[in-house]
Amino acid sequence: MAYSDKVIDHYSNPRNVGTLDKSKKNVGTGLVGAPECGDVMRLQIEVDESTNTITDAKFKTFGCGSAIASSSLATEWLKGKTIDEALSIDNMEIVEELALPPVKIHCSVLAEDAIKSAISDYRVKNGLPALEEAKSHH
Amino acid sequence: MLKLPIYLDNNATTPLDPRVLEAMMPYLTEVFGNAASRNHPFGWAAEEAVDYAREQIAQLINCDPKEIIFTSGATESDNLGIKGVFEMYSQKGNHIITATTEHKAVLDTCKHIEKLGGRVTYLPVDGEGLINLADLEAAMTPETILVTIMYGNNETGVLQPVREIAAIAHKYGALFMTDGTQAVGKIPVDVIADGIDLMAFTAHKMYGPKGIGALYVRRKSPRVKVTAQMDGGGHERGMRSGTLNVPGIVGLGKACELCRLEMAADTARLSVMRDRLEAALLELEESYVNGSREHRLPHVANISFKYVEGEGLMMGVKDLAVSSGSACTSASLEPSYVLKALGLSDDLAHSSLRFGLSRFTTDEQIDYAINHVKEAVTKLREMSPLWEMFKEGIDLNSIEWAEH
Repeated sequence: MAYSDKVIDHYSNPRNVGTLDKSKKNVGTGLVGAPECGDVMRLQIEVDESTNTITDAKFKTFGCGSAIASSSLATEWLKGKTIDEALSIDNMEIVEELALPPVKIHCSVLAEDAIKSAISDYRVKNGLPALEEAKSHH
Repeated sequence: MLKLPIYLDNNATTPLDPRVLEAMMPYLTEVFGNAASRNHPFGWAAEEAVDYAREQIAQLINCDPKEIIFTSGATESDNLGIKGVFEMYSQKGNHIITATTEHKAVLDTCKHIEKLGGRVTYLPVDGEGLINLADLEAAMTPETILVTIMYGNNETGVLQPVREIAAIAHKYGALFMTDGTQAVGKIPVDVIADGIDLMAFTAHKMYGPKGIGALYVRRKSPRVKVTAQMDGGGHERGMRSGTLNVPGIVGLGKACELCRLEMAADTARLSVMRDRLEAALLELEESYVNGSREHRLPHVANISFKYVEGEGLMMGVKDLAVSSGSACTSASLEPSYVLKALGLSDDLAHSSLRFGLSRFTTDEQIDYAINHVKEAVTKLREMSPLWEMFKEGIDLNSIEWAEH
């Protein structure tokens, strides 16, 4: 399969690979996918609670090049966004930006799930209800 | 200078040896006759070339030249052997025994046989990829007409105990066929000593051209016959009609001759190279060889790298032409059925690489491959949440994964 230049760029030079301290109250962690399906994404956000703004984002992904690129791109987009802005990120924006072929759309869906799951985790940690979407997406 | 990408997918196909091409050339141009033309020198020259090739092939596998039936390749040979025996011996029985790790050319042919009313037993393999001889013996019935078990596996290189298998088949009055595609030309295959009644093989896995293969069909003790699957002019003793592919046949003959003469030297060199590649890659934590390391073709290595996803790995080793145990056909990944049959979990099957070395593989290429794979696996693991969990001692099976 031919990969787009942007997928190759993110795969070769992934942005924001790493781990945030998940014990911190202002860090939200989303772990989505399953090893048997060939994709597992872990996406983490660190939130400035006073402004509700995402100050840092990190990912680790087990998956194909498109899955790695989708999560790498997601962390780039998340930094500096408010929680509400982050919630509005749609998987099709990732598909467009990375020029993902139809068989790889599930990678972008997984990235969107990971964002929502991380935000939901942050909300629960801070006494807010979990996101419905993050709970029932699958 | 090392030329990239490096070709290490020689179980898929091998490059044509220049000496084979040279032998074929005249038969693509000036010596163009039809080997079945009996009335003029053009036909005689073609027939002579075909006869010579039959001898070259016969010498490699220790058979009589008349026992070689030319086909378009191993897939056709597998089809002709299985379907041909099923039809020819229908009076005797309708039961065929094979194994779950066979090539699709055998498995899908057996599925076809089942649709025709035949009964097929698919023997499982153990963790090493070997069938159990007691299982085989237990599966034999008076209706069993054929046991067809491959010589060497295309994905793992695992060698089945063909002599013992043949002995059991014969003990119960069944024929023994083997798909010799990966083994012929690479290791000594002797149809007499091995007790083989039918054997499929092809030129393009042993430095010959694509589109030409053969089915060995024993003529003596017992005299084996297969019902033709291609009707026409009655070529190849009536078992496979169609004008002979003379340049291809000359190529197959020459390829066999070269393999016979160079096999010992090739094996000695390639097994050292393969072992070096394997030892170096096993230095990576959580990497595993798939299949028996004892009963194996000398030029094949199949290794899984845990906590790395197969397609991502393939992208990471872009300077190598290798195969992975994962076929990403659509949104869902299909792990290799061969590796699954060995008992591998889906994730280990996905994260496997198959290396197939050839006569043309160099030490320099192996050095490059070692570093390239090590770098890719290390980089992907640094990026893998599963690797991090493993390192923290978290049991991945304890996690409730959100299946999608």
